[in-house]
Amino acid sequence: MTPAITDGAALATAAAGGSLRHSLPAGPRPEPPGPLVASAAFAWRAMLKIKHVPEQLFDVIAIPVVFTLMFTYLFGGALAGSPGRYLQFILPGTLVMAVVLVTMYAGVGLSVDASKGVSDRFRSLPIWRPAPIAGALAGDVARYLLAAGLVVLLGVAIGFRPGGGAPGVIAGVGLLVLFALSLSWAWTTLGLLLRTPQAVMSVGTVVLFPLTLASNVFVSPQTMPGWLQAFVGVNPVSHLVTAERGLLSGHAATGQVAWVLLASIAVVAVFAPLTIHLYGRRH
Amino acid sequence: MAPAAAATTPGAYPSTVHGAPTGESALAVEATGLTKSFGGTRALTGVDLAVARGSIYGLLGPNGAGKTTTVRILATLLAPAGGRARVLGHDVATEAAAVRRRVALAGQFATVDDDLTGSENLVLLGRLAGLPRRAAKARAAGLLTAFGLEKAATRQVKTFSGGMRRRLDLAASIITRADLLFLDEPTTGLDPASRAQVWEIVRSIAADGATVLLTTQYLDEADELADRVAVIDRGQVVAEGTTSELKASVGSGTLRIRLADPARGPDASGMLARSLGVTVQTGTDPAVLTARIPARPSARSATGNVASAIAELAQADIAVGEFALGQPSLDEVFLTLTGNSTPGSQEAAS
Repeated sequence: MTPAITDGAALATAAAGGSLRHSLPAGPRPEPPGPLVASAAFAWRAMLKIKHVPEQLFDVIAIPVVFTLMFTYLFGGALAGSPGRYLQFILPGTLVMAVVLVTMYAGVGLSVDASKGVSDRFRSLPIWRPAPIAGALAGDVARYLLAAGLVVLLGVAIGFRPGGGAPGVIAGVGLLVLFALSLSWAWTTLGLLLRTPQAVMSVGTVVLFPLTLASNVFVSPQTMPGWLQAFVGVNPVSHLVTAERGLLSGHAATGQVAWVLLASIAVVAVFAPLTIHLYGRRH
Repeated sequence: MAPAAAATTPGAYPSTVHGAPTGESALAVEATGLTKSFGGTRALTGVDLAVARGSIYGLLGPNGAGKTTTVRILATLLAPAGGRARVLGHDVATEAAAVRRRVALAGQFATVDDDLTGSENLVLLGRLAGLPRRAAKARAAGLLTAFGLEKAATRQVKTFSGGMRRRLDLAASIITRADLLFLDEPTTGLDPASRAQVWEIVRSIAADGATVLLTTQYLDEADELADRVAVIDRGQVVAEGTTSELKASVGSGTLRIRLADPARGPDASGMLARSLGVTVQTGTDPAVLTARIPARPSARSATGNVASAIAELAQADIAVGEFALGQPSLDEVFLTLTGNSTPGSQEAAS
């Protein structure tokens, strides 16, 4: 170490040292925040991340727009006689698809945090343990609402007319976001189990694309072979799409809506405790 | 020092322990037999630690020695496989929440959010520390100024230099008062000026009464900051004490002699070896001879021995350009204790 560097460091140090002593915390440590305040702080963080990294919304915006336009105009005429008639059928489907595909980012986000030092600090804080996850889910809900709103607006702009009107659309988006929020817990579980954010993305794509394609999103399953019809019949995405078609058209099938609600509760009951357990573990 | 302060300052803490409430242990950290494995790798094979309250304690060791694992166990991020640890009197395994209320952690890779601005990071952590929104904002602004980061307050942390990031990380650790601060390699990868700043910050925090447990692979850092040091190697504490004690345990010092005429090296080497009873080494420079002088229980001091040995050289007409008898460096201590190369010479891989 040359004398010049030492002197420079000493000067800088002296300057920093003077104001530093005044910056040390005064008084005792405040009481740690409660679960709600801590979760709200993390929700604020999620909103800041959307603001600072708008690129992360690209998928949220691109997927619904591309799928709605592509299927309506590319296949609409062949499948339903005209794009306009097909749009009435497919829009609830692309709505579901757009939001369900975005749910995987709940797991990706958690995995990104875990791979960086910042989660070490969060986990060493005297706060309600699931607060970082609860706050992040608030950010996810914002994304789901954005994706859903975009599809509906786009659909209406190109001729989709929901028979259920505004109440039907609000109920439909509400049920969809509720289901997506439940499904997010499955992704947070996976996000804590897999080692890298890339792995979460890969698994997400491999699971979600077959689930959304092998469903009644694009066509009704009558023309499919028996084994595929059986799969489509048990696929939760199909149930969700049927419920959405009902709500948006104003002829809600109570049984289908109840099925979606029960499925949501079941998913949360399994994966929320699992996520919280995995987040709290120390090894 | 503490008794003197108590005598001259009425109202100072009556105990010799910095700020320890009565009934609590005088130790900020007491760990016995901590073990931990990851897969088949044994990260810790039995770590014992005793850290006095109000001190700066250094965990010194090379990469992979177990420093970070030890800190993560003490900060309640990891559960030990075996052994016990109490932090500020609370068991890390069964009273993790109580520990978290009194410690703060700055991890090896700056524990702040890259996507957020410097100010947003501090406000977020202030809110999470229990400050009301307005107080969190005021505290963030004050800390950014004190740490020379006010111009970077509205920039995302990902645009910060390494030194700025570390300063923000340290600022985040002192938003509210922590009784024990864990700093995992606080200066790894920093330039000399930034290192000196971080050292000054650490000293200020300790001077305010907090206990600081820091890990480092830099011997000069431990020498500079730590009241006591535990040398950790392959998951175990291999030596513990003040840096002077560690140096003394290795030997009383190293003799370095530079000869005016390198050609006399072999003669001088033989004479020194005979009169001091040590092995004399010649380095890459043939004019320089070095010898490790062991601490002897005999009455005659090492300095006296060395002085007469140099006098013998002069009598034999071997001119000595310069000579020095110094304490062994911590590098030499480390080499002696672990049989490894010094940590500073290893690549900082992780």
